[in-house]
Amino acid sequence: MSDLKFGTEEPTAEEKTAIDELSSEIGPAEIKLDERFVVGGRTRVKDRRRLLLPALHELQNTAGWISPGGLNYACKVLGIPPAEAYGVATFYHLFSHEPPEVKDLIHVCDDVACRLVGAETLIKDLKDSGHKVKPSPCLGQCERAPSVLIQRTNKKNLTAVAESNNSLTAVNVEQVLTSETVTPQMTLPQKGSENLSLLSRVGVVNPESIEEYVKLNGYDALKKALTIGPDKVIEEVTASKLSGRGGAAFPTGVKWRAVADQVGRPRHLVCNADESEPGTFKDRTIMEGDPFAVIEAMTIAGFSIGAEQGWLYLRGEYPVAAERLENAIREARKNGFLGKNIAGSEFNFDIQLYKGAGAYICGEETALFNSIEGFRGEPRNKPPFPTTHGLFGEPTAINNVETLVNVLSILALGGDKYAMQGTGNSTGTRLFCLSGRVVNPGVYEHPFGVTLREVIEAAGGVTDSKKIKAILLGGAAGSFVTSDHLDLPMTLEDTREAGVSLGSGVVMVFDESDDLPDTVRRIAQFFRDESCGQCVPCRVGTVRQEEVLARFTRNASFDTDEELLEDLSTVMKDASICGLGHTASGAVLSAINLGLLERTL
Amino acid sequence: MNEIPVGAPRSQIEVQIDGKQVKAVEGATILDICQKEGIDTPTLCWAENLTPVNVCRVCVVEVEGSRTLVPSCSRPAEDGMVISTDSERVRKSRKLVYELLDSSVDMDRSTAEVKEWMEHYEVDSSRMGSKNEIATVAQPPKIQDSLYVRDYERCILCYKCVEACGEDAQYTFAIATAGRGFDAHISTEFDVSLPDSACVYCGNCIGVCPTGALVFKTEHDMREEGTWNEETQEVTTTVCSFCGVGCNLELHVQDEKIVKVTSPADHSVTSGHLCIKGRFGWQHVQS
Amino acid sequence: MWGSNAREAHPIYFHHVLKGLSNGAKMWAVDPRRTSSAKFADAWLGLNVGTDIALANGVAREIIHAGLVNEEFIENATEGYEEFKAHVEPWTLDITSEVTGVPNEAIVDLAHGYATAPTAQILWTLGITEHHTGVDNVLALSNLALLTGHVGRPGSGLVPLRGQNNVQGGGDMGALPNKLPGFQDVDDDNIRARFEKTWKAEFTGEHGLNLTEMFEAMGQDTLRAVWVIGENPADSEADVKHARAMLERLEILVVQDVFMTRTAQMADVVFPAALGWAESDGTATSSERRVQRIRAAVPPPGQAKQEIEIISEMAKRLGSTTWGNPTPQELWDELRTLSPMHGGMSWERLETEGGIQWPCPDEDHPGSLFLHGRLWERPISGRRAPFSCVEHRPPVDELTDEFPIRLTTGRVLDSYNTGVQSGKFDSPIRSGDALEISSEDALTLNVVDGETVRVSSRRGSILMRVKTDAELQVGLAFTTFHFPELVDINQLTSDATDSKSGTGEFKAAAIKIEKIESMANV
Repeated sequence: MSDLKFGTEEPTAEEKTAIDELSSEIGPAEIKLDERFVVGGRTRVKDRRRLLLPALHELQNTAGWISPGGLNYACKVLGIPPAEAYGVATFYHLFSHEPPEVKDLIHVCDDVACRLVGAETLIKDLKDSGHKVKPSPCLGQCERAPSVLIQRTNKKNLTAVAESNNSLTAVNVEQVLTSETVTPQMTLPQKGSENLSLLSRVGVVNPESIEEYVKLNGYDALKKALTIGPDKVIEEVTASKLSGRGGAAFPTGVKWRAVADQVGRPRHLVCNADESEPGTFKDRTIMEGDPFAVIEAMTIAGFSIGAEQGWLYLRGEYPVAAERLENAIREARKNGFLGKNIAGSEFNFDIQLYKGAGAYICGEETALFNSIEGFRGEPRNKPPFPTTHGLFGEPTAINNVETLVNVLSILALGGDKYAMQGTGNSTGTRLFCLSGRVVNPGVYEHPFGVTLREVIEAAGGVTDSKKIKAILLGGAAGSFVTSDHLDLPMTLEDTREAGVSLGSGVVMVFDESDDLPDTVRRIAQFFRDESCGQCVPCRVGTVRQEEVLARFTRNASFDTDEELLEDLSTVMKDASICGLGHTASGAVLSAINLGLLERTL
Repeated sequence: MNEIPVGAPRSQIEVQIDGKQVKAVEGATILDICQKEGIDTPTLCWAENLTPVNVCRVCVVEVEGSRTLVPSCSRPAEDGMVISTDSERVRKSRKLVYELLDSSVDMDRSTAEVKEWMEHYEVDSSRMGSKNEIATVAQPPKIQDSLYVRDYERCILCYKCVEACGEDAQYTFAIATAGRGFDAHISTEFDVSLPDSACVYCGNCIGVCPTGALVFKTEHDMREEGTWNEETQEVTTTVCSFCGVGCNLELHVQDEKIVKVTSPADHSVTSGHLCIKGRFGWQHVQS
Repeated sequence: MWGSNAREAHPIYFHHVLKGLSNGAKMWAVDPRRTSSAKFADAWLGLNVGTDIALANGVAREIIHAGLVNEEFIENATEGYEEFKAHVEPWTLDITSEVTGVPNEAIVDLAHGYATAPTAQILWTLGITEHHTGVDNVLALSNLALLTGHVGRPGSGLVPLRGQNNVQGGGDMGALPNKLPGFQDVDDDNIRARFEKTWKAEFTGEHGLNLTEMFEAMGQDTLRAVWVIGENPADSEADVKHARAMLERLEILVVQDVFMTRTAQMADVVFPAALGWAESDGTATSSERRVQRIRAAVPPPGQAKQEIEIISEMAKRLGSTTWGNPTPQELWDELRTLSPMHGGMSWERLETEGGIQWPCPDEDHPGSLFLHGRLWERPISGRRAPFSCVEHRPPVDELTDEFPIRLTTGRVLDSYNTGVQSGKFDSPIRSGDALEISSEDALTLNVVDGETVRVSSRRGSILMRVKTDAELQVGLAFTTFHFPELVDINQLTSDATDSKSGTGEFKAAAIKIEKIESMANV
């Protein structure tokens, strides 16, 4: 449905094959059935648009960039105007738009946790040894910082991280590059502890074996769900008072009920695995360590809301999780846990894995829908909400990985019994991502109500017994607290009352020697880099905010800028379209209010 | 078989706006109500012939019970809603949004309406820093043919041109938003020149641009020469002669010469949109 | 969309089509070429030039055989169905396919899609009418609407798109050989009497000549003086060499135009006229019967005058004492008293309502969105709609071994007719007239893109640049007609005309294409 016009550039044979294979199942947008009979039209084009993001991944991986010839060919096959496809391709930071100089592009995380432990030195060293390096926002490997994502041409991407208390060096990265198959060791400090529920299998089960998963109670919950029926499942989830773990803490039972009550079909179940909040790596831990649990939980959710299609949107920087989830989906299909008549029931359900391509904003639920649909990952205005107008404009339940996995224990225990864990309205357990200056960084599972002090102590306390300067709570979209908050119980109610947020469970500790102004400026840069650019308050506001902090780090003075920062904060919160703008100033303002920037004055 | 299906009549709702109880039909946006009640509301990305994209945020209003301000252009009013269009919060947001734009974009050639609102909110972007020290979209204009000028340092990224080129009128999709964040910009694929793109020169993108980022070459040249004088221009509505569809043309005439052609957005035939012949085919009049 | 490239020839109408498509409507494009419009369609049927009746009859037979006719409508609102059913019976899928070149499955797809749609429209332009069977082509499409009841209801109907802003208005105002304003018969004494009373003049009920007949009359010297108003026949007529010869024979040729066109250059007297749409006041009536005001925005240059003024002055010179100097509004008010379908359209309403669609008999009438609604009244008021048994007749200009290529013509987006008006702006997408041929034919002829070839028909021979189009069917050539000064394409086009409408068969000429071995021999 457009005036398609293409340049003269042709695809390479590899690019052509990649696109042909990708589209082989549903065929091209236009088909010449006869010299005198061609079918095409809006419906065919519309049905193919969702192949755009996968097509861009194919092109990037095949040629090392989105070449004009490759993009033209993908557009021809899918019926997409090249200007639109280019607009989508340039939205994502993992897609290159220049011919690659070398086959491997090294993304080095220089975000808040990694820059505490030598990220900038690593970048310099790698550049000096002749590598193509791109500084990256948080790669979700904060417990083993600094970390690196190696994006390769025609090969699988690799992750390189610091292991066993040694920092990551350029030499380590080169070793990973040559050995090619390195999968970083999973370190789970609480591994095997009896108190674990969400993490009980992580580090214990072979993540690639469905047999082992089944042996460790895998698929018991799904079987129970199929027996008790969708309404009863939603009742249990509602009784459990489970709330969303992605940051907004919306009651999951209410969300599911709303979708289940919709008249419209098809409906969709989306798992938001675009974990990109700086300092967050909990979902990665589950997906790498217990991928079948994610697949099973999605299946139960789909069953409850009456969806036959599940979509797992995984951030593009998690190659290990991608591989394990792909395997889990394959194995589940093979064993009758996905597909038609699941576990002998009437229920049909399948899951498509979509990989993001470097855009924090795609963790926002409506931006995520646009991304899957093949459009720029720009958030939509709400209302309408996903429960009525979600993916493809159809009723959709979208839940974060951690939230979904809770459903397995809710069905095992029963909703009421589950609700007895934690406190009043903060029920169950919560995953905390400990990083920065703690002795044993990693993901920890604690019941709601544990104090911040207990959380930090469980991770061995502060490194070298230094004093805590600040704790970043909830991620870049959260806020800073100080040791004054150590006795704050980690519940939704208590944090709300204290004016802070648990967010995605980030607990990043800074000690007195850390350069907080630099950290705060980096957070401001994060939002500047990750704003989608759609609405004015966020597009320009995040830039002005970062400029103020950059001026501050240069001049060590705010001059009149403090009022500007406050105004920016107010208006970004009040007038931005989505949560990114609403939260972009939270950490910055909290740092100023707590006087964290003052020492350098 | 011959009954004409008619939709159910839309029910009435009642809202309070700036302290006044008013009735509206279900589905009306807050902006619809503002316009009906004579409450002047600034807009940049909204146009009556385009689908609201609610990206500029200058039309935000305060709705009781809503954590954030809401864009009036796209938010349907609900029964019982209590709306303030001129609260301190609203004024603050609108003013700062204009200031953010003014600090990064050249707003000099904006429409008179835009300029009036900027004056109304006493927009002063100087505290953002001087323009040579802060990020702006400054760049030279793109002049690639004899009909269009794309002067993107005046672009506020309101998406109107993309909408007019795409699903709201033309379905050509020669341009789209590319890049992200502050680097987001309107572009053809790989930034190829307009004549190499799918562009069919309907001029509908220019027709909806509120800031003079997209202009007809004739207007651009006259502005550069200093001969463009909107105040002396007269606008006459007539019918295009190039086919039988009956498109209304607004001929903008300065010194007995046609200098620009537009179409009324509320006309049922064109909805404000034209084709290359209607838009540029007038040049034989002067010859 | 049958025989129309509205994406380029009627772009703003196509916006409305696109709105429908994005709301879920389906579109079939029937055209020998896969035009830019066809590329938006759910299906394209590439029929042979001049086989529209064959395809329509085949589609009709398929609708009948599949049991998809609207029986209630046929029974209550039409006549001649049984005869029509028998008439199309021989048009089996195989035979239709053989004649049209369109495969069976495509015919079935179109027939079923059209017949089962809740509402459906057929729209066409000159691809249907510029044939020697033009009127029959229209009737063949009408048959399909009658079979399925897709007429006379919102969202359904037959939509011919007009090529100029006031073609419809011209007919409405009586610029036809047999009609007075408001499509009233000139041979009806009562009607004529009303006009004579208002006009204070007497005239006969004799029919005039259509354009084709005029050229014939010029050839026979029974027509010796011609006044051409806003037309450029010396460029635009099919078999243009013949047309020019006819104009040369005239004793007096008066041309009233805004430009010194080729025809004006041949004239004895030229009346410089104001532009109809930017330098004059009046009305124009669009394809959808919408009467709208046109207004002068700039003064006409030099001695040029508004057309009404020229005609009034001419009347005075011819001795009229009653004519006066009417203003456009006075003329319009007079028309409203004579043409009932315009009766309700006051000048004020035209100013304020932005156009009104006829019929609009009185001032309280809102105007009419669509016609033929009466066919859905039970019992219907007025005459039943007749099926027409129309025969497929191939184009007159036959394809032979000597002239093996079918040439068809059409408009492109940025140009208009003979380019007199549209040629004055510098369009970045203009490529000039070129002979578009299929890649296969280019290979056979051993010519490449941009090469100049000799193109000849039974009537003339010209040089043209070749442009290959991979999507064009083998044996078909296409060109525009916007640059007669560079490419005198109407030297080639067929002189055949439709006996009923007088329209020339511009869309189907037989040509040969020859490679030029050496430019020295040209």
